[in-house]
Amino acid sequence: MASVNQTVQLDLANQSVREVNQFLHQDFDDGNAHYIEILHPDGNHSIGVGLDADADIDIRGHAGYYVAGMNRQARVTIHGNVGWSVAENIMSGSVRVKGNASQCAAASGHGGLVVIEGDASSRCGISMKGVDIVVGGSVGHLSGFMAQAGRMVICGDADAGLGDSIYEAVIYVAGKIHGLGADARKEPMSAEDVAAVTELLEQAQLQHDPQKFKRIASARTLYHWNADVEQEY
Amino acid sequence: MASNTPDVRIHVEESASYNSHTLAYIHQAAERGVYDIRGLGAKRHVPTFDDLVFLTASASRYPLEGYREKCVTKTLLGTRKAERPIELETPITIAGMSFGSISANVKEAIGRAATEIGTSTTTGDGGMTPEERQSSKTLVYQCLPSRYGFNPEDLLKADAIEIVLGQGAKPGGGGMLLGLKVSPRVAEMRTLPEGIDQRSACRHPDWTGPDDLAIKIGELREITDWKVPIYVKLGATRVKDDVKLAVKAGADVVVVDGMQGGTAATQQVFIEHTGIPTLPAVRLAVEALEEMNVVGQVQLIVSGGIRNGADVAKALALGADAVAIGQGVLMALGCNSSTWETDGKKVDATQGYEKLETRVGSCHHCQSGLCPVGITTQDEELEKRLDPAWGARRLNNYLQVLTMELTTLARACGKSNVHHLEREDLVALTVEAAAMAKLPLAGTDWIPGV
Repeated sequence: MASVNQTVQLDLANQSVREVNQFLHQDFDDGNAHYIEILHPDGNHSIGVGLDADADIDIRGHAGYYVAGMNRQARVTIHGNVGWSVAENIMSGSVRVKGNASQCAAASGHGGLVVIEGDASSRCGISMKGVDIVVGGSVGHLSGFMAQAGRMVICGDADAGLGDSIYEAVIYVAGKIHGLGADARKEPMSAEDVAAVTELLEQAQLQHDPQKFKRIASARTLYHWNADVEQEY
Repeated sequence: MASNTPDVRIHVEESASYNSHTLAYIHQAAERGVYDIRGLGAKRHVPTFDDLVFLTASASRYPLEGYREKCVTKTLLGTRKAERPIELETPITIAGMSFGSISANVKEAIGRAATEIGTSTTTGDGGMTPEERQSSKTLVYQCLPSRYGFNPEDLLKADAIEIVLGQGAKPGGGGMLLGLKVSPRVAEMRTLPEGIDQRSACRHPDWTGPDDLAIKIGELREITDWKVPIYVKLGATRVKDDVKLAVKAGADVVVVDGMQGGTAATQQVFIEHTGIPTLPAVRLAVEALEEMNVVGQVQLIVSGGIRNGADVAKALALGADAVAIGQGVLMALGCNSSTWETDGKKVDATQGYEKLETRVGSCHHCQSGLCPVGITTQDEELEKRLDPAWGARRLNNYLQVLTMELTTLARACGKSNVHHLEREDLVALTVEAAAMAKLPLAGTDWIPGV
């Protein structure tokens, strides 16, 4: 393996995911900038999981499940599409998908920024706990399900059940919403909301008019058990 | 002259279908419009390990001296793929219980006792507290559907990881933590507003189905560099299928939790009406491991109503490698006691039970957060009632008694290692137990259904 003090190229055509991850788990905290390029991901799962490194990582191609899962610090870009649960439980740093993401993108993410430039499938941002998510395209059904904290910006449409059982997270949608989930409601956009969308779009490097977004948040009717709350059985 | 004929005008026979218990349930449901939520496990009678007995040594078998001869209790878990399997001094482990459902003091007491005894403790829904990590030499970190407090920093501090698919008390259901217990600290750990009635999800947020489980296990192995064992915990329902799928997905250890297993809070209807008892669950899990040809590679931990050394011995004889205890641990710490202790003095707790409209010995109001003996609470004053040092001493005693009872039975069966106990050492006292455990009914060669 090459030293971590220089630009490193790792090729999954010649190395296993385990070898690549073990290399990436080395201590990068030496004050130097690190740039790592991973070639031939070829749909492999769990590439770059558990990172805790001040490093820029480019994955050149399509990746499978869990790419950049539980990320800390690292700035990961996937130049392709990704499978389920990209950046699940991300704590900090950023993960950018240049293509589309399958289900459960940024599931249970605690912090950092996740950008999906294309579309994200169902349950995007499920159980999110503080992460910021920006989706350039549309999201599938039940996105933001049980979302606890953080912000999700959807530049396209949102499928049915958006924000079902949402807690304190906030969702902003530019396009059409095909139905809200239980306890989610549309609220007026305040100046702070517009500023938040503007900031997140800038971070995501996506061009959209922040004024066109709608705010979705919790009606908080499910915060306490109440037999009289209208609910579906 | 008095008549012996009953007075038919006063008919007092209670209905079997609509007895006082059922009537109270219906009246309460009608009054409140919400279902009952409570803690602990199933209270109905089900076939248990009590329905089995050991055929200890006599002329045909050679016993070991109970006080002198060595009987090994060492237990290895997670030998299949992990670089660092778990090595314990006893096969009796502590089941996962969440910080939130129980206090930080209780977590510390459990950790201290487990460390002294040489066994493992397990986190729970709500994440890992510094108290339990510090006090527990061997700590299993649960990966639950809610992912409350779940983070890579704590993951890397864990000695093993347990992916929880279900619990014996509520297989197929999520947990809940009512607002009284969502204190500022609990709320912060779970990233939730204080005081809300919190719902834990029943499905994992990032995977669905057994094929995905294999990929999830792969991710956790990659994050931890394949160092620590990965357990998969199942509520006992379709045990054979589920154990096989867990094994196929790559689990190092499978934990099967029978219907007597406890919970901090869930719907009563779940606790009493879902899952199968621990007794048949062990047998089915062992059959699954045998059919997969992984006995000795994948270890089996059994939980759900393990109360004493005899239960442990019987679980091991049926093929388990270890057991996990939750409710028994809480009871050792004083759950359902009439007193709590401070500076060596006993303090009456009965008024606390009365406030909960229950009594000593019958309390299951863990969900309320008002535990009279300071165990299942987040109330600052109530939790002081459980001193960690005092609790650790009591739990240490309990675990020692269980281990000694286990070795007593093993020696009497002629075994110098508790893991040598075997099915042939057991018979059943009831037809139901014989059928469920597939053991002969005592005094016969008859195994129902075989």
